[in-house]
Amino acid sequence: MSFNFNDDNLEKIELLKSKYPKVQALSLPLLWMAQYQDGFISLEAIQEIAKICETPMMEIYKVSTFYSMFNLQKLGKYHIQLCKTLSCKLCNKDDVLKSIQNELNIQVGESTSDGLFTLSQVECLGSCGTSPVMQLNETYYENLTPISIVEILKALK
Amino acid sequence: MIILEDKKIVSSKFHIENSHTLSVAKEHGTYSSIERLFTLSSEEIIAIIKESHLRGKGGGGAPAGNKWALMPLGELKPSFLAVNCDESEPGTFKDREIISKDPHLLIEGIICTCFAIKSHTAYIYVRGEYKEFSNILQSAIDEAYEAGYLGENIFNKGYKLDVIVHRGAGAYICGEKSALLESLEGKRGHPRVKPHQQECEWYFDNPTLVNNVETIASVPFIVKNGADAYKEFGTSSSPGTLLFAMSGHVNKPGVYESEFGICMMDYINHYGGGIKNGKKLKAIIPGGASTKILTADEVGLAKLDYETMKALGSSLGTGGMIVMDEDTNMVEALKNLLEFYHHESCGQCTPCREGTGWVDTIMQNLLDGVARGEDIEKILEISKTMNGQTICVFAPAVSDVIDGFITKFRSEFESYVREDLT
Ligand SMILES: Cc1cc2nc3c(=O)[nH]c(=O)nc-3n(C[C@H](O)[C@H](O)[C@H](O)COP(=O)(O)O)c2cc1C
Ligand code: SF4
Ligand code: FES
Repeated sequence: MSFNFNDDNLEKIELLKSKYPKVQALSLPLLWMAQYQDGFISLEAIQEIAKICETPMMEIYKVSTFYSMFNLQKLGKYHIQLCKTLSCKLCNKDDVLKSIQNELNIQVGESTSDGLFTLSQVECLGSCGTSPVMQLNETYYENLTPISIVEILKALK
Repeated sequence: MIILEDKKIVSSKFHIENSHTLSVAKEHGTYSSIERLFTLSSEEIIAIIKESHLRGKGGGGAPAGNKWALMPLGELKPSFLAVNCDESEPGTFKDREIISKDPHLLIEGIICTCFAIKSHTAYIYVRGEYKEFSNILQSAIDEAYEAGYLGENIFNKGYKLDVIVHRGAGAYICGEKSALLESLEGKRGHPRVKPHQQECEWYFDNPTLVNNVETIASVPFIVKNGADAYKEFGTSSSPGTLLFAMSGHVNKPGVYESEFGICMMDYINHYGGGIKNGKKLKAIIPGGASTKILTADEVGLAKLDYETMKALGSSLGTGGMIVMDEDTNMVEALKNLLEFYHHESCGQCTPCREGTGWVDTIMQNLLDGVARGEDIEKILEISKTMNGQTICVFAPAVSDVIDGFITKFRSEFESYVREDLT
């Protein structure tokens, strides 16, 4: 298997190169780009990014494993990322978690068998004033309750 | 109850519909500092910022003008501005308000700042999770380019300025300024060893200024109205305002700008509507998770300024208060924070990488009912090793957090100890 950025992205990469003093700076933008293109980041993509960034493949691999939002594996279509940090905990995120687990029959770190949902807990999403909060793919859902979360999930099924 | 008067410098347009668009923002005064800006020299602007005593709003409170003055103004090397919108300190959610409700104010601040430090490129480093909000910011930047406010010849003044949004990817430590620059260079977000002398930051060996979003968003007011106008707000040593915030057990959590120096309890009651469900206050973490916890008695003495918070043995931090009512379990709360710190330690320094893990494990043992009395002393000892021997202040801050919880609420920790274990 090999990985190639599509034409659209290749054009964007040329533009990106003009925005940074050195091409090494492109590693995060390109990892994002690869993740959008494939849904996850493959070793082949890492190899390709290393070539563009003129840096050893291991450097890009190190970067890809440092940041929690880069997925080196395929996830469910909907990635539930429930905040588990203090303000959300004080505002009863544990009840919301239980509700998700009951509704989907999965534990944290697991995906549903139909590949629709993956459940993760993440650290503070910077939305503590409207806790409990989850990020579903890239969208924030705030002020969750054990009831509202079930409605949100049902609508996606 | 005390009624506080609204004092708004940064949040004055937050309530206006479509305030994120150029037309609405302009109608309400954004970009009105630009005219005066271009009549001033770099040195003059830096002098005004110094005179205003504007302090960094990302958590450290460093005087902004002094930092700007460290930038070499020669044109030998390009210089850069990196705006810190990593906003990952638990309890902190103010910069998000700025980039989604008044992004043009931030752009205006960037124009002022870059012109002052003679930089032609600014990066805004936005935490990866804030995609929805950085999309709003990006639209505003696009609008500003179209209007000729950014680009080759801004406002027809013969000055070039590019603003680039750079997306992080989930790492708390990238909010630390040197880690942010490492990340912006395409590497892991590992903080750098600090130089002994005072100097600017470096991006690919080029002089660079790092400031928080809110700091930069405060600049236009000062450029337009002068240092004295800014100093009319707040106290003499903590002048101006801050986007303080509340979360946890309050009736109306959220971000509310206030001038420095008001009583913490007045703020909680006036803006937050008091403690949720009519309960009693137990404690507040005053300025983001990494500041030392205050007991209810201490909160009674606390004022929202740098000096008072320091005198109470804590710090103002980001101004993000996490409020806990009388039923809060302090052992569970500290365990929750240790999981965060253990997960977010960048791993370069042994005391930080191992210490956060060890304390997290002992805390779990406490909660599981398998810890002995001596384990509490062990936690405090490990905590001591984390203070003062690491590359960045992450570990010393964790040490302070642990120390605060255990010394102020020791009996709760002791109640989990099992003395019958051998
Ligand atoms: C562990 C750690 C995390 C930090 N996170 C942030 C952050 O998310 N946002 C921020 O503006 N500053 C953060 N800072 C402070 C920055 O290092 C830096 O001082 C700040 O961005 C400078 O801007 P200011 O002077 O305008 O506040 C953090 C510092 C440390 C040690
Ligand atoms: S103190 Fe912790 S976060 Fe800071 S550099 Fe050392 S290991 Fe990394
Ligand atoms: S603690 Fe959940 S968003 Fe901050």
